[in-house]
Amino acid sequence: MRPFAYERATDPDGARALLAAAGPGARYLGGGTNLVDLMKLGVEAPGALVDVAKLPLATIELGADGALEAGAAVTNTALANDPRVRAGWPVLSQALLAGASGQLRNLATVGGNLLQRTRCAYFQDITKACNKREGGRDRDGCPARDGDHRNLAILGHSEACVATHPSDMAVALTALGATVRVRGDAGDREIPMPGLHRLPGDDPTRDTVLEPGDLILGVSVPPLADGARSTYVKVRDRASYAFAVVSIAAVLDRDDDGTVRDVRIALGGVAHAPWRAERAEAILRDGASPDDDLLARAADAELSEARPLRDNAYKIPLARHLIVDTIKELM
Amino acid sequence: MPAVQRAEVVLRVNGDEHRLTVDTRATLLDVLREHLGLTGSKKGCDHGQCGACTVLLDGMRVNACLALAVAHDGAAITTVEGLADGEELHPMQEAFLDHDAFQCGYCTPGQICSAVGMLDEARARGELDGLDDARIRERMSGNLCRCGAYPNILAAVREVAAAQR
Repeated sequence: MRPFAYERATDPDGARALLAAAGPGARYLGGGTNLVDLMKLGVEAPGALVDVAKLPLATIELGADGALEAGAAVTNTALANDPRVRAGWPVLSQALLAGASGQLRNLATVGGNLLQRTRCAYFQDITKACNKREGGRDRDGCPARDGDHRNLAILGHSEACVATHPSDMAVALTALGATVRVRGDAGDREIPMPGLHRLPGDDPTRDTVLEPGDLILGVSVPPLADGARSTYVKVRDRASYAFAVVSIAAVLDRDDDGTVRDVRIALGGVAHAPWRAERAEAILRDGASPDDDLLARAADAELSEARPLRDNAYKIPLARHLIVDTIKELM
Repeated sequence: MPAVQRAEVVLRVNGDEHRLTVDTRATLLDVLREHLGLTGSKKGCDHGQCGACTVLLDGMRVNACLALAVAHDGAAITTVEGLADGEELHPMQEAFLDHDAFQCGYCTPGQICSAVGMLDEARARGELDGLDDARIRERMSGNLCRCGAYPNILAAVREVAAAQR
């Protein structure tokens, strides 16, 4: 591992100043569960780390409008197990608990969870070409396209990159319509989810729309409508402690007569970003209580754009069944 | 190659305070094993995927291989060496012996520290009563055992959980 300077920030502006002073290539450090690993692998080689895990951003509060305000330094464990989160945003708690292990969740933070990198095997192996790695753009393309891509993207990928975003929490936040609060050179701003993470296009080195120096302060999650139900379902290769093959976060709000008032669906494990299933949502918002036909139509509409690779077409029926079964479960 | 960077940290390990000068790249696992001679915590995968390095950091179980020592200045750490009370084993250690919950033993220190931390978490949240076998398995999923001693590990953890109710 390349030697690096270490600085601990005590407030957000101080963190931004330390990062700027450390020069290009410096990184914020949260729980370290992904960044330290990437440094061991040689994928990341920052000259300096600015520790933001001890910033006064570790609080969970309810705003006046009933929104959940969770700071960037809140651990995944603390957020998942907060009684208010469990009661008010079940899908968020479930998604967090579906991710990683107890040990990792105790260190990992909200900010770091959002900014974790893909687990694509080629990205993590510096002996292989990769368009996503820093400096990788000069290399020879994406070996995953013809290689091991069984668990990579079916939606929104590009010639340059077929990686998936690994976060479960981000999928839940996408379905919940959360916003990410960010401090940058021009002051504070709010980035709606989806919208933080970008599709790869011709520059897969950029996972998000954040600019250098931007610091995530926290997330704001609007309350669910009274009576709305939500859930997170994750399909993986083993029962626990694995990244999603396909996952779904769904929120369903219906009238007493079963009419859909609102439905929000996000998929994980299928794209370079959490995938908001707006086509499916639009069909389900048609009105009447959804029957099997309508649910199948909604799922098919969403997946009509899928472009599977040689070995991951199985994700299409998997995602289709997940959408249908999960919405039925919430009815 | 930039010069090696060092920092001074204070760690309270199994009750004893240590003032150390560490390379900023050193993980807690490196410091425990290489500086303090506490080799109970094991380096398995060194990437947070196996749990063999699990220790209690300020009471919470973590992967020591991914925690930079410099980032945990002032922390209190309990390793498997610190669980026993003198010659008296921790109940989780006793249960692992009673249930033959290991074969080669390499994952065992991490399994035991993880199980202790897991039950502390469950007790703090009032969840001990609902801690059935499926939940124990799920909450212990960050600790792999290549020998496949899982049924006996489960039995050991189940017994200690029952005794704490």
